[in-house]
Amino acid sequence: MEYMILNHTAETPGPDYGTPEFEAVMGRWMAYNQMLIDGGHWIAGASLAPTDAATTVQKSGGSVSGTTDGPFAETKEQIGGFYLIDAPDLDKALELAAAMPIDDGALEVRPVAFRPDA
Amino acid sequence: MSVIATQFRDLDLADEAVQESLTDAARSWPAAGVPDSPAAWLMTVAKRRAIDVYRRQKRERARLDAVAPDLDEARYDSDAGGDHMIGDAGFDVENLDGDERLRLMLLCCHPALDTDAQVALTLRLVAGLTVSEISRAFLVPEATLAQRIVRAKRKIRTAGMALTIPSAFDERLDAVLAVLYLVFNEGYLAHDAEREPIRHELVDEAVRLTAVVTELAPESAEAIGLLALERFHRARSAGRFDSVGDLILLDDQDRTAWDIDEIGEANRLLGAALANMRPGRFQLEALIAAQHANARTAADTDWPQIARLYEQLAQVTGSAVVALNHAVAVAEADGPLVGLALADELEGLDDYHLLWAVRAELSRRAGKMSDARRFAERALTYDVHGAERRRLERLLAATG
Repeated sequence: MEYMILNHTAETPGPDYGTPEFEAVMGRWMAYNQMLIDGGHWIAGASLAPTDAATTVQKSGGSVSGTTDGPFAETKEQIGGFYLIDAPDLDKALELAAAMPIDDGALEVRPVAFRPDA
Repeated sequence: MSVIATQFRDLDLADEAVQESLTDAARSWPAAGVPDSPAAWLMTVAKRRAIDVYRRQKRERARLDAVAPDLDEARYDSDAGGDHMIGDAGFDVENLDGDERLRLMLLCCHPALDTDAQVALTLRLVAGLTVSEISRAFLVPEATLAQRIVRAKRKIRTAGMALTIPSAFDERLDAVLAVLYLVFNEGYLAHDAEREPIRHELVDEAVRLTAVVTELAPESAEAIGLLALERFHRARSAGRFDSVGDLILLDDQDRTAWDIDEIGEANRLLGAALANMRPGRFQLEALIAAQHANARTAADTDWPQIARLYEQLAQVTGSAVVALNHAVAVAEADGPLVGLALADELEGLDDYHLLWAVRAELSRRAGKMSDARRFAERALTYDVHGAERRRLERLLAATG
């Protein structure tokens, strides 16, 4: 089965590029990605730019009713990235989500219902 | 791929089979060399793979059919939820072997389902109660309960929840025990005491299912502890209520009405649980229940020991309600002022009527009559009825 993992985390700036802290953080993510690839779970994944770069297009009755600066919902936690993974069942998907190198935040796991390019 | 798909009438399956045969090719060709007819080779391997995958899926589907036999055809039906989906579907949990039963319990109590759904599914699928029996026991409209079960089954299917023994087995078993205790308490501490003080069918069902868990997971000390706890409580159910359905306080209960054999069995179970040397909240609660059940008169109760057990239980559970019980036990052991001091410090219980009832009673015993009055009045602002209300009113009259 395919699952989407949505990372809801607070938007705090990470360590600066080139610092040892940055290398440490990146190392954890690279290891996580590699684990997904080696386990045959990886389909796609991405880290998103912060929500100050987000634009929301609101539609109503078939037409665009508004285009606004910012994310869909103004909450402390925002979707910071996603993974599309393959896992045999929900338990494995939850286990993979839990293994993500995120210290605080929520990981929403949703089964993929239909994917036209799959 | 379509060749395989026609043979197996399942596009997903054919896709998976081809994927797996390509993986096989990638694995074996570098070593064994490319076969004379790669396409034929792929076909053969893909077909063999498809059969494997098909068998595996068939097994998994058969298992899930046992859990949600009526869901398949209604899967994409947005109106689904009528009674026709609930039918008994010829499913008989007694025919499952022990391992499958355990898997089914773990699935019904999966943390990805909410607690109400866990309880409903467990009673429906593991205990085999009908929807109308469960809805009556929980005082929930039948349609609501039916809907709850349908939704839970649908989530099991669409979220890909499997009948597996999870790697975090202990945690998941704890979830099963928590659900069984909830069912037990629903029967034992009935919300609608005036109409039916104890709902024996829920109490007995919880005891039966907990006993099943102790057989299926014999190494779980907590499961045995819970069974002991339930049986201590059940042993005392005769004598908890008077003829008009009022709760009789423990001190005033006729202890000769308690079931001695059942207490003996609970003692034996508790001993077996403790022998595992793996303590937990249910064993602690059972130890407390044992202190009460084995005291021949109220005056024989070992309150210092109970106070110590509640202190440990409060640490394990982090529950403020348990801490309130601790304060009550300390008041019995060391006097009302000491207990009162503990109750005064509790946080997070300001809207819990029993906090005010306890502070009222302990203040009265300590001779602080105006405090007792104030606290009793506060307690009476909540939805309190029956014996408890009358007791608070008597306290008000006595301090007035």
